[in-house]
Amino acid sequence: MNIFELSGLLFIGSLIAGFLGSLTGLGGGVVIVPLLTLGFGVDIRYAIGASLISVIATSSGAAAAYVREGFSNIRVGMFLEIATTIGAIAGAVVAAYLKLSWIAIVFGLVLLYSAYESVRSRTDLLGPTQPDRIASLLRLDGSFPTSQGMQPYRVTNVPAGFSLMFTAGVLSGVLGIGSGAVKVLAMDRAMKLPFKVSTTTSNFMIGVTAAASAGVYLNRGYIDPGLAMPVMLGVLGGSLTGARFLAGAKVKVLRIVFSIVVALLGLEMMYNGFVGKFVQ
Amino acid sequence: MKAPAPAMSDKRAEEIIGILLRTGVTIAAIVVFAAGIPYLIQHGSAKPDYHIFQSEPNHLRHISGIVKSSIALDPAAIIQLGILILIATPVARVAFSVFAFAEERDWMYVVVTLIVLALLLFSLSATNL
Repeated sequence: MNIFELSGLLFIGSLIAGFLGSLTGLGGGVVIVPLLTLGFGVDIRYAIGASLISVIATSSGAAAAYVREGFSNIRVGMFLEIATTIGAIAGAVVAAYLKLSWIAIVFGLVLLYSAYESVRSRTDLLGPTQPDRIASLLRLDGSFPTSQGMQPYRVTNVPAGFSLMFTAGVLSGVLGIGSGAVKVLAMDRAMKLPFKVSTTTSNFMIGVTAAASAGVYLNRGYIDPGLAMPVMLGVLGGSLTGARFLAGAKVKVLRIVFSIVVALLGLEMMYNGFVGKFVQ
Repeated sequence: MKAPAPAMSDKRAEEIIGILLRTGVTIAAIVVFAAGIPYLIQHGSAKPDYHIFQSEPNHLRHISGIVKSSIALDPAAIIQLGILILIATPVARVAFSVFAFAEERDWMYVVVTLIVLALLLFSLSATNL
């Protein structure tokens, strides 16, 4: 196989990953690293670099559509980006010193968690009614459009959310993914933001978080143009197409199938990490 | 004191951010695609060696080198330039938010946003992390 053929295959693989990722809400970036390492034998460092680039592309590409709906909370997003960018830079720096087999094992665990998080049923619990001191100080409370007009909501547990966001940033920097599942965990479960607000705000933040670690990866020489080109264009094209399909598609079955695939990839990453397939 | 009806509402700011992000991604994708064709003509028939990790050469990893080699029309460097534009897109979004919050006289969030911007610029420019 020469570079031309490899680029074609990578483009098609990334296109499918981006399409399924945006249709199911898991994000295309999450399967890029397993696709490149397990499928094409690419070194995991190059794979993480290419994945980060695709994550920035999808986040920024999708944001334009989200913004119109008015769900995201820019203050919550911006405040928490302090935590995610510090985490992302720290993660990108630490990644250079971690054993590759460890990175693969952590990656597998995160894939398993992401798969679980995507099939878990979610219902908006009744949010807090009492104002939270820190949230009020930071003016984090907001409102979002519903069928019954604008619905105000309150934010709580800011320190817990901030710490979880730091973790999401570290994972993003080490693994080259958007860490959407952890971001939603922080806003959805800890800070009790309504589901739609946390999802769209998370998407908004993913690009900024990934950009913070991408700078470190680029400077360190982990981003290869020949790999990044087909992966970025493929994932971007796939996710934009997926977003267009989303309106009319019945995604429940698809999401379960894709989650199983993601979980299996997670197990395979862990297995390969344990048997030492990823060596320096 | 409450600010007198800000010219820049959250909603309007978000709309501009949406356009900014889409424009940045579109330009980046066009640059990467346009450089990808000559790149594949140049390197397409070579055997890939991505299973062996070696750091990218200096002219493909630092901003100054990427810009210099792009002017010399090196396709690999122009792909990296497109990637730089892509990385710069969320940075530009944060930079714009500084102005949007300043318009609203929301000084606390001007500071919050400046911290995020400083972290991003640090990670892009620090060459020895």
